[in-house]
Amino acid sequence: MIDFVGSFGRYFLKKLSSLGRSTLMFFHTVFVFPSVKKTFPLLVMQIYFVGVQSIIIIIVSGLFIGMVLGLQGFNILKDFMATGSLGSLVSLSIIRELGPVVTALLFAGRAGSALTAEIGQLKASEQLNAMEMMAVDPLHRIVAPRFWAGMISLPILSILFCLVGIYGGKLVGVDWLGLDEGIYFSSMQSSVELGADLVPMLIKSVSFGFVCTWIALFNGYDCKPTSEGISRATTATVVQSSLGILGMDFVLTALMF
Amino acid sequence: MKYAKAEVLVGLFMLLGIIAATVLALKVAGLVLDTDTKNYRVYAKFENIGSLRVRAPVRIGGVLIGRVTAITLDKETLSPVVEIGIENRYSTISSESKASIQTAGIIGEQYISITPGFYDEEMGTTYLKDGDYIKDTGSALVLEELISKFVFNSEQDKKKEAEKEAETN
Repeated sequence: MIDFVGSFGRYFLKKLSSLGRSTLMFFHTVFVFPSVKKTFPLLVMQIYFVGVQSIIIIIVSGLFIGMVLGLQGFNILKDFMATGSLGSLVSLSIIRELGPVVTALLFAGRAGSALTAEIGQLKASEQLNAMEMMAVDPLHRIVAPRFWAGMISLPILSILFCLVGIYGGKLVGVDWLGLDEGIYFSSMQSSVELGADLVPMLIKSVSFGFVCTWIALFNGYDCKPTSEGISRATTATVVQSSLGILGMDFVLTALMF
Repeated sequence: MKYAKAEVLVGLFMLLGIIAATVLALKVAGLVLDTDTKNYRVYAKFENIGSLRVRAPVRIGGVLIGRVTAITLDKETLSPVVEIGIENRYSTISSESKASIQTAGIIGEQYISITPGFYDEEMGTTYLKDGDYIKDTGSALVLEELISKFVFNSEQDKKKEAEKEAETN
């Protein structure tokens, strides 16, 4: 019995201390003002790896999700003689939920796991220690640019996803199934609002970007420096960020809509 | 100055994001970048506003001329007062116009339709100004009331018919 309680307590303390370490890491990463000249090229390179290279997967999945929504929505709305509302159905569901959430999930799988593996590998091959020996803070040099790159890239990718998804819905609804283009866009414009839909979407995707990159970076930075440790950290990144994104999405939706 | 390939691509990526955000705001949200659309406010008292909401469109003959800016309840008469913001360029609406709440389609949103009244200075009518009340209003059609009225009437009709038949027999 004591053993059970003890092991439970140890587990809890372990989790708590890792939460503490990750918070410390976060503050050391964010609240530093390194010279812009030195960090900016690093940031650009990271935005290239994290953002630019994710464009293809984001655009393709956005297009298909928009097309599926257009097809399903059209077939269901046809029963109610309300195909005119297809535009608002597609745009609202993409902008409010699917856009930020699916983008963040893809981002966690595509970029988050890569970040964890990369930093874990740097740690396993003792390159982080080597940097510290040279008086280079790995948090500033390695972690901070990746963190900001994720925070900047994810909102942009979400916006692209939404736009492509809406045009995917148009492709099916208007060009294939013969809905009028004007009706599609006017029903969209009458239901989507800048302050009530687009700004919450941006807030959502920025917070998802924060959760995704933070979890990925911390898991990499905190992993056991072995190949097994790296693989575990990568798995943990994907699982934790997916759960974090979906849970936070519910909270944010309840707060904002 | 020469730029690395990655830098150019990142620049393109950021530009793409900005363009997509602008398109989203303009095309999807229908944001109008026209600062000259100042409104003047008029008020209308209704008996029942149904499910009219703030920001519902206000139309004349189907053309959007403004939006509902606020819905309040008159404290004395306990009747709803709707505040309507009409764009300044539509300044020649007679004070004898009628405002009625209508529904777009069967399950569509409710909007306010204004039917223009006559304008004759000698008769003492004026154009609507900021702060004016539209006197002639028509309440929303509440579908449930309509149906219950109809059912009630048809039941009465049946009773009458039955009575008539009883009399003739």
